[in-house]
Amino acid sequence: MTKSKTIICRCEDVTLEEIEAVIEKGYTSMDEIKRITRCGMGQCQGRTCRTLLLAELARATKTHPNDIKVTTYRPPVKNVKMSVILGGMEDEENS
Amino acid sequence: MKKTAEVVIIGGGISGLSIAYNLASRGMRDVVVLEKSYLFSGSTGRCGAGVRQQWGTEMNCALGKATCEIFENLNEILDFEDDIEFKQGGYLMMAITEKEVEQFKKNIELQHSMGIPSIMLTPREALDIVPELNIEGILACTFCHKDGHANPFKTMQAYAEAARRHGAEIYTYTEVTGIDVEENRIKGVHTNNGYISTEKIVIAAGAWSRQVGMLAGCEVPVRPERHQILVTEPVNPILGPMLMSFAGNIYLQQEPGGEFIMGFGPAEHETFNISSTWDFVETMCKKATRYLPYMKNVRIVRQWAGLYEMSPDAQPILGKAEEVEGVYLATGFSGHGFMFGPITGQLMAEYILGFPTTLPIDKLDVGRFKRGELIFEPSVV
Ligand SMILES: Cc1cc2nc3c(=O)[nH]c(=O)nc-3n(C[C@H](O)[C@H](O)[C@H](O)COP(=O)(O)OP(=O)(O)OC[C@H]3O[C@@H](n4cnc5c(N)ncnc54)[C@H](O)[C@@H]3O)c2cc1C
Repeated sequence: MTKSKTIICRCEDVTLEEIEAVIEKGYTSMDEIKRITRCGMGQCQGRTCRTLLLAELARATKTHPNDIKVTTYRPPVKNVKMSVILGGMEDEENS
Repeated sequence: MKKTAEVVIIGGGISGLSIAYNLASRGMRDVVVLEKSYLFSGSTGRCGAGVRQQWGTEMNCALGKATCEIFENLNEILDFEDDIEFKQGGYLMMAITEKEVEQFKKNIELQHSMGIPSIMLTPREALDIVPELNIEGILACTFCHKDGHANPFKTMQAYAEAARRHGAEIYTYTEVTGIDVEENRIKGVHTNNGYISTEKIVIAAGAWSRQVGMLAGCEVPVRPERHQILVTEPVNPILGPMLMSFAGNIYLQQEPGGEFIMGFGPAEHETFNISSTWDFVETMCKKATRYLPYMKNVRIVRQWAGLYEMSPDAQPILGKAEEVEGVYLATGFSGHGFMFGPITGQLMAEYILGFPTTLPIDKLDVGRFKRGELIFEPSVV
């Protein structure tokens, strides 16, 4: 399979080719790559691509994955509708 | 790392990068930017990235208009192969108190006198622009179609790459830990990666500017204030402009990709803490659904926080430090530093190189706080 067809981040459609291109440009931290390519910023919040990206970065920079800083896990853990949050509040208007 | 530089810019946010590009592209050699963490780690990589001309002071209107014009052409100016995604969907400002209506009328008059194409709208007219808007309680609106927002990461990337092409060096994970001053002049900068001798430094360290200033013995009156923000799943486009209410304390916009980004400005203590809270999400949902009931069915994907770099009058601090020769300041943007980034870079580069500045910046000097000449901006969240 070609690199332009290998998807690393499914939510944001980021290919291996794009990841390699930004690493080539000198963006060698997960935090930078996430923000430039949106890899891991989609609906699943990097559930699959976080490890794939980590592995690619480790390979490309010849670093042990343990020595690479992983991007922050941010709340909420799962996507949640606003109505669900409002429903949990004691507010007549929204119940 | 280089051993000497003509200027060392401390802070690799939009301000530092824009200054670096503007200096290097005007021919200054050995421009160095030092960033203590990764490139998007500061406030710029955490912001809402709104850009507006609708302000309530002459100073901010002038800065807003000039910066907007740069944003419009930024891909070309910086020769950026990607896209900074500047979308001019306008800002719809909503007045919910009589006092605000009066203020909006004054703002519009001021904006028109400066050539800013803003208009006053009745709530019904606002529905033509945002059909999903719940206009209950809204008394009047103003709208400027030139306002908008950009992708903050791409904008930073564009400046960083253009600065590098013009010879500037940007060192990430390089923290300034000490600044040498001799006979009231800057001599050099200590970092965790070594020493650089220089006669000029620019403090563009965002919410950390006061701490950096102290290393050089300069008082930079900036304090950090946490602001939270969240993003939703992408949905079909329903919202063209940025929605903003000062009294209602909210801003809300839809990105070109379909995600909504929103936040509000709670009164917070001075803090460097940037963790997110549940309280924020609850209040945010209430506020968002009050103006756009449609939001009820939209899912929240992620929340985070960043710091506003607050100055005593919530206006930028541009110019020189008073205590030491060779210290330049570009900070104190108080939550509006992203939009002012492009014009900040231009004005500071002109100033540092000794050229006349495109817009006067003397009123934004740090000395104004001692002189008691504060600038009051009525229109902020
Ligand atoms: C939630 C939120 C929403 C916002 N929304 C908007 C908006 O819609 N529109 C808008 O215009 N603005 C907005 N802002 C404000 C905007 O983000 C900031 O004003 C702007 O990013 C400031 O840019 P800067 O380059 O001056 O600072 P920063 O981007 O913070 O950069 C300063 C850098 O200096 C570095 N640094 C600090 N100390 C040192 C040291 N000792 N050595 C080396 N480096 C150091 C930091 O790591 C940091 O990266 C928002 C801010 C937040 C938090």
